[in-house]
Amino acid sequence: MNIVVTVKQVPDTWAEKKLDAADKTVDRKSVDSVMNEMDEYGVEEALKIKEAHGGEVTVVTMGPAKAAETIRKALSMGADKAVHLTDDLLHGSDALATSAALAKVISTLSPDIVITSSEASDARGGVIGALLAERLALPQLTQARKVTVDPAAGKVTIERLADNGYALVEASLPAVVAVVEKINQPRYPSFKGIMAAKKKPLTTLSAADAGLDAGAVGLAGATSTVVASEPAPPRSSGTIVKDEGDGGTKVAEFLAAQKLI
Amino acid sequence: MAEVLVLVEHADGEPKKVTAELLTLARSLGEAAAVFLGAPGTYAKAKEYLAQYGAARVYVVESEDVVGYVGAPAAEVLAKLVADASPAAVLVAATADSREIAARVAAKTDSGLIWDAVALTPDLVATQGIFGGSTIVTSKVVKGVPVVVVRPNSTAPEAAPVTPSEQTVDIAISDAAKGAKIVDRVVEAKSGRPDLTEAQVVVSGGRGLGAAEHFTLVEKLADTLGAAVGASRAATDAGWYPHQNQVGQTGKTVSPQLYIAVGISGAIQHRAGMQTSKTIVAINKDPEAPIFEFADYGLVGDLFNVVPQLIEAIEKRRAG
Ligand SMILES: Cc1cc2nc3c(=O)[nH]c(=O)nc-3n(C[C@H](O)[C@H](O)[C@H](O)COP(=O)(O)OP(=O)(O)OC[C@H]3O[C@@H](n4cnc5c(N)ncnc54)[C@H](O)[C@@H]3O)c2cc1C
Ligand SMILES: Cc1cc2nc3c(=O)[nH]c(=O)nc-3n(C[C@H](O)[C@H](O)[C@H](O)COP(=O)(O)OP(=O)(O)OC[C@H]3O[C@@H](n4cnc5c(N)ncnc54)[C@H](O)[C@@H]3O)c2cc1C
Repeated sequence: MNIVVTVKQVPDTWAEKKLDAADKTVDRKSVDSVMNEMDEYGVEEALKIKEAHGGEVTVVTMGPAKAAETIRKALSMGADKAVHLTDDLLHGSDALATSAALAKVISTLSPDIVITSSEASDARGGVIGALLAERLALPQLTQARKVTVDPAAGKVTIERLADNGYALVEASLPAVVAVVEKINQPRYPSFKGIMAAKKKPLTTLSAADAGLDAGAVGLAGATSTVVASEPAPPRSSGTIVKDEGDGGTKVAEFLAAQKLI
Repeated sequence: MAEVLVLVEHADGEPKKVTAELLTLARSLGEAAAVFLGAPGTYAKAKEYLAQYGAARVYVVESEDVVGYVGAPAAEVLAKLVADASPAAVLVAATADSREIAARVAAKTDSGLIWDAVALTPDLVATQGIFGGSTIVTSKVVKGVPVVVVRPNSTAPEAAPVTPSEQTVDIAISDAAKGAKIVDRVVEAKSGRPDLTEAQVVVSGGRGLGAAEHFTLVEKLADTLGAAVGASRAATDAGWYPHQNQVGQTGKTVSPQLYIAVGISGAIQHRAGMQTSKTIVAINKDPEAPIFEFADYGLVGDLFNVVPQLIEAIEKRRAG
């Protein structure tokens, strides 16, 4: 199995996130960065498929030079090699441009399966999986909480989260799978894994290397623009009350005062 | 006046409240045109509702093909309508399924996509709350036909009855769009309560409940308030409550008038799904729990004492 998994570097989950005042893109300089937590589940699933069926896991990311840290994490978890698409021209790419760029890189890798996650924690679009399926003209197996691959039959089946339960969805390989965090428990990189990661092949591509048209990516190619941004009015700090035996009554009084009951 | 396409959000033909919200919003932008995609025989159940909320036109596709495969067929239909009707915009609800369809439509029509809008002006400037609602951004699509994913509960639905002109869309779904076949649907939901994303009041339970059977306490409080029931990931992962009730980054995003968190610590991933609620009440025995940092009213105490008393107090007030 030739397995491709996408990972995105994002501001640390607990960091206070801001937009850059000048160009209204995420301020990635003033905060620590981590691998998007959901992508750890994607990498784990890719490794599980490899362990069950053999093959190779290739990590693909698009992001600034610093995103190499996230690649290294995926490699130390056990992925085999990586492609890092990085170029100042790509800065400010919207979801449409991001998916087009990723699809271009992924198509050169001739994957049997493409694993992505259902959401990145910074922009929270939840759309890249569907967009990769569209761009690569592959089946869209998104919102997957369970994946079963049958390489001999060339088939993949998922349990797709639905509003009232789940749907069983079937497709032929190759396909795009976007996983949710219910799917597995991501492993931690081992010391051995961290050491091994340093020797694993990493290809760095510029936009031109990847065959991308400079006008179609980054802020230049954006299909939407931010008109303005401002901090939301802060929540006025609330009332905290300790239960003295009448806590439930107190809550009811608050709700009544707010005309909520 | 240009049409504004609204993808009808429905369950087997029964429209969701967000559909009325989107139609109301569409009418402020142009002529509202509903797009109904469903299994054969389901449109009849939606017809009256769409007329009631002012859909001047309804495009109808009833076919197993649009419901039998993930994502691609619906996107194909919408992209065709965008090409044929040249609408001013396409509006879809911010549900997992519809946002994916919207993205594909934007890609197919070479248009811009904006997600999680909470408002849209007549000149199509969208307001988004980003980073869990801590920053407010206004943005505008600059290419193609704006495809806008709108949050439920952001527009107050207003009735404006019309007699829609109905148009059956004749489209053969391509084989390429039939890649991801839905072979079975398994229902796990607990029903009978309001829809989580549409409810005006949500009561959620977390690990503090300690066991699945204690969720009856949360349900009882919810029923006293006519509320939907939510859960933290700790509670859904433990199997105490179905996953589709999970609130948070990877669960549902809710924005009700009132959110009551019971035995939930308020982790950032939980907060991401509920912090734009109008009023937040937290019941937690740990005074250091992060949820108290953003609750409007926090009660530090044991939920097993507080919640039964709260239910009783509400019932007493009701009784007058
Ligand atoms: C606050 C905010 C709001 C935004 N709003 C919009 C908007 O309304 N419309 C729009 O078109 N763009 C928008 N963008 C830009 C958009 O975030 C980027 O294009 C982004 O790379 C793709 O969207 P996402 O991160 O939401 O992806 P998601 O769809 O949430 O991510 C799912 C998965 O896709 C993969 N993935 C995503 N990005 C990359 C990457 N760069 N490299 C490798 N894998 C990746 C990861 O596996 C990730 O887990 C917004 C950005 C921000 C910060
Ligand atoms: C990729 C990813 C995605 C995630 N997505 C989500 C998501 O969508 N939604 C989500 O909720 N979480 C999500 N999480 C998990 C999140 O980080 C937290 O682990 C989770 O929200 C904790 O749930 P909890 O508050 O119920 O449990 P805990 O954090 O264990 O909190 C339980 C609380 O109950 C209180 N308590 C205990 N007993 C009592 C009592 N008798 N009376 C009163 N209070 C009591 C405790 O003081 C404590 O504060 C995600 C995590 C990751 C990594």
